[in-house]
Amino acid sequence: MGSLFRSEKMTLAQLFLQSEAAYACVSELGELGLVQFRDLNPDVAAFQKKFVNEVRRCDEMERKLRFLEGEIKKAKIPITVANDNPAAPPPRAMIDLEATFEKLENEMKDVNNNTESLKRNYLELTELQHVLTKTRTFFRDFEVRRGSQGQFDTQIAEEGGIRSDHLPGLGMLAGVISRERFTGFERMLWRVCHGNVFLRHAEIESPLEDPSTGYEIHKVVFIIFFQGEQLKSRVKRILDGCNKQNISNNTTYSHFSTGQYKKPKVLHQTQEHRLRALALAAKNITVWFIKVRKIKAIYHILNCFNLDVTRNCLIAECWCPVLDLDQIQHALTRGTERSESSVPSILHVVENIDKDHPTYNRVNKFTTAFQSIVNAYGVADYREVNPAPYTIITFPFLFGVMFGDAGHGIIMLLFAIWMCVREKKLAASSKDNEMWGTIYSGRYVILLMGLFSCYSGLIYNDVY
Amino acid sequence: MAATATVVPVVVMTLFWLLIGAVAPFLVPKGPNKGIIQLMLILTAICCYTFWALAFIMQLNPLIGPSLENTTILAIEWNWEDFHRGSASK
Repeated sequence: MGSLFRSEKMTLAQLFLQSEAAYACVSELGELGLVQFRDLNPDVAAFQKKFVNEVRRCDEMERKLRFLEGEIKKAKIPITVANDNPAAPPPRAMIDLEATFEKLENEMKDVNNNTESLKRNYLELTELQHVLTKTRTFFRDFEVRRGSQGQFDTQIAEEGGIRSDHLPGLGMLAGVISRERFTGFERMLWRVCHGNVFLRHAEIESPLEDPSTGYEIHKVVFIIFFQGEQLKSRVKRILDGCNKQNISNNTTYSHFSTGQYKKPKVLHQTQEHRLRALALAAKNITVWFIKVRKIKAIYHILNCFNLDVTRNCLIAECWCPVLDLDQIQHALTRGTERSESSVPSILHVVENIDKDHPTYNRVNKFTTAFQSIVNAYGVADYREVNPAPYTIITFPFLFGVMFGDAGHGIIMLLFAIWMCVREKKLAASSKDNEMWGTIYSGRYVILLMGLFSCYSGLIYNDVY
Repeated sequence: MAATATVVPVVVMTLFWLLIGAVAPFLVPKGPNKGIIQLMLILTAICCYTFWALAFIMQLNPLIGPSLENTTILAIEWNWEDFHRGSASK
């Protein structure tokens, strides 16, 4: 009877698998989780292994899935957590999965590109509209002052446009710049033009969305007045250097409406379509991830096998616990049946080997935490005494002696009882966060630590 | 020497932990975890009984007492008939 006091008896077994049956058999053995395969091709380079193409295809699928996951997270759609454990699909189904992912990825890329160009367009037009509304107030101001001083005799049109050829030698350039870069821009303009240009600016109240990043940026409308060609070329060079969108001065925009420019319907519809496609993907993405990872694992293991060309079968060497040989044999028969192969898979136990046997400790959900604490100090040799069962009591007891507070011990105990009672529901959330995952996996340790803390708190007369 | 106050806790605790450590292991139902549960019971009994016994014996014959203020000591001497400074009460 296997037990935790010593590590289990292991034996080396050779598997003779038909090439068609190999995938299904490895899948079944993988679900069972009781064998450790030895790598029979350690000298072969990674790109020369038999199934390197399949592994590459799996990597490609995983990359597409990660891209989709990033898109789903950006759109803030909740991903349904799948509690079931889907088995790896047969090799034929891999092509279907690849096609699905390819289609989804291309669709996402198209929609993203379209959205970006639409948003860019919309941004330009909004900025233009802001420039016009703000500069109109400048010119109204200017006209009032001009009227009081009576120096210029030019007419400035009330509606939207301004013709600079009426103002002698005075040129203007207007544009939009982000608020953070505005002070630097102003200073550079002052320095380069020796203070001979006139700059006025006004803030745009609502932040505008940058098309590529999606962040909202506060922007400032500016208008620069200058006299002469030299200053004009200098100002133009500065504006080009700052890469800001500037609007030239000779156009009239009288047809422009003064109302708020609404977001085009097309933009809304593209975003709706994108969210719909992502929501559909979000339902299946965890299942897809699991399937792809299982396929990749199976092909990694198949790479460790030896191909015997004369008998057209794959030979594998694996370590298995002596007590589980029956289960492994059943798994092999299941795999051969699933792949509908005529030749049965053979499990042949090799006797009298001197190689280093692996240490296998049969743990359940209670003893896993203690075994991993002991393994952190070093894994025991084959068939050596396993210190883990003794640590189940001594480790929490010594913790209790050091803690010695009945009140806080009760809090710890209640917390651990809650975690243990709600095991299944909390299992999924424990994988997201590393800290919480560590505490959750140590719930039985904390339970015992709480019990012993209460006991030693009672002896020490210490509550809170 | 063995006043009732001393004998009762000793007997109760010893019997309690003896029950857990020597009798309960025979009552564990058969199953894959029988050995582990027996080991846990025995170890718990040994550790907890030893811990309690050490605390008990220490309090029977303390090497050091509580540090009190002088006024408190005078108050105790005034109120208790058989308490004298510098000698343990018998």
